[in-house]
Amino acid sequence: MVQKLDFLKESPSQTAGPYVHIGTNPNWVEITGVWNEDLGLVLVGPETKGERIIVKGRIFDGAGDVLRDALVEIWQADAEGLYNSPEETRGKADPNFVGWGRQPCDGTTGEYRFETVKPGRVPFRDGRMMAPHITVWIVARGINIGLHTRLYFSDEEAANAECPVLAQIARRNRIPTLIATRGEENGMPAYTFDIHLQGEKETVFFDI
Amino acid sequence: MSDNGQYFQRDRTWHPPAFTPSYKTSVLRSPQQPLISLENTLSESTGPVFGHSKIGPLDNDLIRNYAKTGEAIGQRIVVYGRVLDENARPVPGALVEFWQANAGGRYRHKKETYLAAIDPNFGGCGRMITDEEGRYWFRTIKPGAYPWPNGVNDWRPAHIHFSVFGHAFAQRLITQMYFEGDPMIWQDPIAMTVPDRAAVEQLIAALDRQNTLPMDSLAYKFDIVLRGRRSTMFENRMEGN
Ligand SMILES: [Fe+2]
Repeated sequence: MVQKLDFLKESPSQTAGPYVHIGTNPNWVEITGVWNEDLGLVLVGPETKGERIIVKGRIFDGAGDVLRDALVEIWQADAEGLYNSPEETRGKADPNFVGWGRQPCDGTTGEYRFETVKPGRVPFRDGRMMAPHITVWIVARGINIGLHTRLYFSDEEAANAECPVLAQIARRNRIPTLIATRGEENGMPAYTFDIHLQGEKETVFFDI
Repeated sequence: MSDNGQYFQRDRTWHPPAFTPSYKTSVLRSPQQPLISLENTLSESTGPVFGHSKIGPLDNDLIRNYAKTGEAIGQRIVVYGRVLDENARPVPGALVEFWQANAGGRYRHKKETYLAAIDPNFGGCGRMITDEEGRYWFRTIKPGAYPWPNGVNDWRPAHIHFSVFGHAFAQRLITQMYFEGDPMIWQDPIAMTVPDRAAVEQLIAALDRQNTLPMDSLAYKFDIVLRGRRSTMFENRMEGN
């Protein structure tokens, strides 16, 4: 026998199921009066620094059908590229921007939608700069363990071309699945980021 | 030893795989390409902080937090435990959210079609932020088992759903808690997506008669483990880092 290593195992994941919103967005499913406001709906306030943008999209299954019961969370740096987290040691992030959002997909159209600010660049482990990006996490019925991906921006071609994370994706034809397309909505830049769980256009998901 | 190492690689053999045909909805919702392995950058090792001020005094009391005309009906229980990391250290300040069906196995949700009665005094949601020792606790009623459309006669064992934030977005986890002694766990296509029996057992809360409140509530203990991180004894120091 050898000495024992005293590590615990991570609790295994289980699907969020069809009723995840009861726990995360009770007001959205008409369970009112327990708490006033569901967490993560609003990212920006009048004091938040940076360019206002909309990010939105839909999630498709392997048959091309839209998911209407999924939940999407995003996590991102502020406009200067700083995270509002104790782990951030490079400076102090915008106090008026938490950088975390959570939205259910619309029950009819399946669209998720966030109003946020465009994040600044954050360094990779070796100090090279990554392209501006937003971490996206999806859970739903039928998804056994949350899926992590990243949203990059179509108008950041130069930064995307030198991003050390994108450079790690050997099958270059999959990179476009991570790039949100810039459009406009009421004079505000609106980026569309559709996510494909399966099939020819399957989005790149990360094991982080 | 400081705390700034990488998070341990997720043991994907301990978690359910994405594709689990006996849980039919997973068939079309499971990525088929290999995940791209990514060493943690700041985008993964940071995460949001939730202040205690966001949480109301009844948020962890599901018997009373939706009460209209009286308290929720059912077997009164207290669920408690700690959020730990894989180094067995407590995770303080972790937001833990939970949701469940009522005592009859019915969810308060417009898409829910099970014929069991709605309890007018039960909403089914709660949340808490762990204390300095990583502890959380809440009071609720024991949820009922319920049938669901998968096989023609599949039933979920009694369970409570949990969503947990640690200190890093890399630790984000959603899981479910089952109850000690329930034979239906081992017939459940969702619990059985977890391949290893010992891993399933990690999701089964223990009946705790010591902490049972006499003449009031049974107690169940459910610890949750999030990913741990490497000690930085000889951490790679790359150029510019
Ligand atoms: Fe459930």
